[in-house]
Amino acid sequence: MTTKTRTKTKSTAKGVRTKASNARSTRSTSRDDRTYDAIIVGGGHNGLVNGAYLAKAGLRTLILERRHLVGGAAITEELRPGFWFTTFSYALSLLRPQIIHDLELTKHGFMPLLMSSSFAPMENGDYLWLGQDRGANLQEIARHSRRDADAYEQYAHDMDMVCQAIKPIFDMVPPDLFSDDPEEFLALAQVGGIFRSMDKRTLHNFVRLATGSAADFLDDYFESEIVKGYLASSSIIGTKVGPRSQGSGLVLLFHSMGEHDGEFGAWAFHKKGNGGFTQVLARAATSFGAEIRLESPVEAVITKGGRTTGVALTDGTEFYADTVVSALDPRRTFLEMVDPRELPDDLVESIRRFRFQGTSSKVNFALDGLPEYPALPGRSDIFRGFTNIGPSIDYLERAFDEGKYGWYSSRPYIDGAIQSTIDPDMAPPGKHVMSCFIHYTPYHLRESDWDSEKENLGDTVQRTLESFFPGFSDLVLQREVVTPLHIERTVGLSEGNIFAGEFFAPQMFFFRPAPGWSQYRTPIDGYYQCGSGTHPGGCVTGGPGKLAASQILKDRARALRG
Amino acid sequence: MIRTTPFHERTSALNQTHLWSHWSNHLAADRYQLSDKAEYFAVRNAAGIFDTSPLYKYRITGSDAERFLSGVLARDIRTCAPGQAHYTCWLDERGFVIEDGVILRLADDAYLLTSAEPNFAWFADRIGRLDARIEDVSDDFGILAVQGPRSRDLLARLVPQVAETPFFGLVQGEIGGAPVVVSRTGYSGDLGYELWVPAPDALRVWDILWESVQGQGVQPYGLAALYMLRIEAGLLLLEADFDSSRFAWNDAHRSTPIELGWSWMFRDLGADARPFVGRRALEREIADRTSRWSMRGLVVDWEDYDRVHTAVGLMPPKDHTPVVEDWLCYDDDYRQVGYATSFMYSPILQRHIAIARIRPDLARFGTKVNLEFTVDHHYEQVAAHVARLPLYNPERKTA
Repeated sequence: MTTKTRTKTKSTAKGVRTKASNARSTRSTSRDDRTYDAIIVGGGHNGLVNGAYLAKAGLRTLILERRHLVGGAAITEELRPGFWFTTFSYALSLLRPQIIHDLELTKHGFMPLLMSSSFAPMENGDYLWLGQDRGANLQEIARHSRRDADAYEQYAHDMDMVCQAIKPIFDMVPPDLFSDDPEEFLALAQVGGIFRSMDKRTLHNFVRLATGSAADFLDDYFESEIVKGYLASSSIIGTKVGPRSQGSGLVLLFHSMGEHDGEFGAWAFHKKGNGGFTQVLARAATSFGAEIRLESPVEAVITKGGRTTGVALTDGTEFYADTVVSALDPRRTFLEMVDPRELPDDLVESIRRFRFQGTSSKVNFALDGLPEYPALPGRSDIFRGFTNIGPSIDYLERAFDEGKYGWYSSRPYIDGAIQSTIDPDMAPPGKHVMSCFIHYTPYHLRESDWDSEKENLGDTVQRTLESFFPGFSDLVLQREVVTPLHIERTVGLSEGNIFAGEFFAPQMFFFRPAPGWSQYRTPIDGYYQCGSGTHPGGCVTGGPGKLAASQILKDRARALRG
Repeated sequence: MIRTTPFHERTSALNQTHLWSHWSNHLAADRYQLSDKAEYFAVRNAAGIFDTSPLYKYRITGSDAERFLSGVLARDIRTCAPGQAHYTCWLDERGFVIEDGVILRLADDAYLLTSAEPNFAWFADRIGRLDARIEDVSDDFGILAVQGPRSRDLLARLVPQVAETPFFGLVQGEIGGAPVVVSRTGYSGDLGYELWVPAPDALRVWDILWESVQGQGVQPYGLAALYMLRIEAGLLLLEADFDSSRFAWNDAHRSTPIELGWSWMFRDLGADARPFVGRRALEREIADRTSRWSMRGLVVDWEDYDRVHTAVGLMPPKDHTPVVEDWLCYDDDYRQVGYATSFMYSPILQRHIAIARIRPDLARFGTKVNLEFTVDHHYEQVAAHVARLPLYNPERKTA
């Protein structure tokens, strides 16, 4: 099961006006030319959001990106002529709606295409196929369990109630539990108020989700394995938990918080993938005056007397600003960009034990045509959204068992999306690209490493797809395997954790990324953090970038007032 | 008896929903698949095909055809050269709009006109002694709208001249041996074309077209998606945004072309001495500035919209389904300043938008008005600002 010859021609989604550091020598420019109000380290989506907000507020802003393109883990690359791969991140849901409006993204080409269905094949050849018609969905569920059709409505409503109730928490700077500032008491009271205003059922559901397992929660509603497997799939994404692990409920809740076009839990596929989306962000940021400099890896944040004065690139070039924002993950922000000796011991200790343990991979395919599902021959419309290979909680949990003991799942969970069915610009006519998100593939492999196992993982995924879609392998023109190690190497996310740090209660809200440092500041004056390792966390939310910007602007205003 | 369009055999095979509306006594698909929004996105991102055959179609011919049309159509047809098309309207003698339509000039003495409602007698009765004829050719042609960013490249593979056809231009070509007229017109506000096909050739042309667009992300789309597209495009709909003056009970239900935002049709009115029905009234309206309304877009303030819903614990609805009814607009002192007639959540603009009439003195772009909604069974006012139509206007439409 080998892939055909790989012709690797790389180009990026439509480029934005940016300056590559090698385009002209920066050393020859004066210090003034290299002085900004704010410098953002890392041009991932949160760095871009943060830079755009700061530039919009009038700050002279520089965004520094190590690679040849912005987007971080949200990029789209043409790995084969005419075939565009969403190398890492592949869909949109949790993007905070306010960002779309504040940054005027629709002016710059924001285009979230509807994913109109979800297809979940089963191991016995049956399937669960949900779409945009409520009545059709209920009957489809009833085919598997009449009880579950009722339960589905109740479940969806209960989840909506929880999401609506806690949405304000998602969009706020976490109050500082450890501060004596009356403002923080007020903010804390506001959080308390949110919980006080929930009805009993909603509050209890919230607690069950935030602390319990997805399997327990789903068992209270459903009896059908396929329905539970389909829903439980959202409880493991990006996190080293099985659906029966305590804590998977929180992951499920997080993935239900997206409110694309006003619908909780709805997903969209951005035109030209999430790389298309980050190009939109880059255009917005530059339209507000932010400067983006590519191929500019930052070696270190410069500090002097407990405050930051700028950054130094690996080639020695320095840029100066009294505000420096790290869009990197907490490990890089605190242990690599600055000298840990400048930080309090408890923070260093917290960051050292901050859990990354990336466990997700991507296997992306260029396909010669659409796969076929034996029970639905000729139905290409089953692929107009996600293809969810996680047919039961047992399937997911067994996949986790192998991951738990340091190996990748022999029958992995796969979240597939043939994005070219929705956006024909992703592949040549009649051809397709398929993005597959894979679980579980732990960063640390027992007695092997990902350089050795990479193609074996690709084969495992392909074999799994073949078992559901016979003939799949014959369609494969090219395959790209991206393991946690490769995510780390390419994007810089520690241990390849796609959320820049796992989702579990001790690493959320008040404690993300560390107790006392959840408000985007750091112990170094002028040095801030805005990556997904801060609240609200990973996925393409833009929340950290936006909330960090509000904090920076508040601090600057306060400093001006003296 | 309800009838079908010349493409029905193919469109009915594609209509998975079996949902049909009755449009001018023809079956017209509401949506082909369970998601109208997916059809809408096909048009905005690739291309869509819409069967617009139920329109009334008239052929006007004769050596005096131009003279005749310049006297009945309000927009000066003499500026429409052969190979061009006009969006136009016709008025009553009080200067109120009877209807609008698109007219194609095939030759010096041959035109094709579409209209939403029957207008045959109104035109025929005004020919008098001129050498002009009007024929109802509604059943002679099927019309397919092919709309969306890919439409030009796809159609140019069948009719190469399409690649060079300017906005509101037309070409006559052939598909599979059938003579077709392709005009760069449509009701989507996007790059797009309409194909006139002789009814007997309809299925053959459909098959060739359909085969040629496979693998290109093209979807057939129905009325539901059409109505979404046209609101974003600022294209008015009869009996939604305006009514025919012929059947109005009173003047509140009549509109002048200026009130409908069509003053651009009359930019050269001073230099054009042609008499046409409604001219004197129109001139008076322009000179005396008696227009009651300005046609505008409204963009709802999203924060205010969220506020009124979240205040009562509701998830702010973002329903893309257009709603056609009167939505009243007020100023801050609760004085009515206009009314919206079509309202929707626009997925591509990510805003609630409306087509509205606003008092001319308050119609400046950016002016704030308050649009009235019902939330939890009581009235709420939500801020909106006045904007230029069309609200969505991609460069490719005219490029």
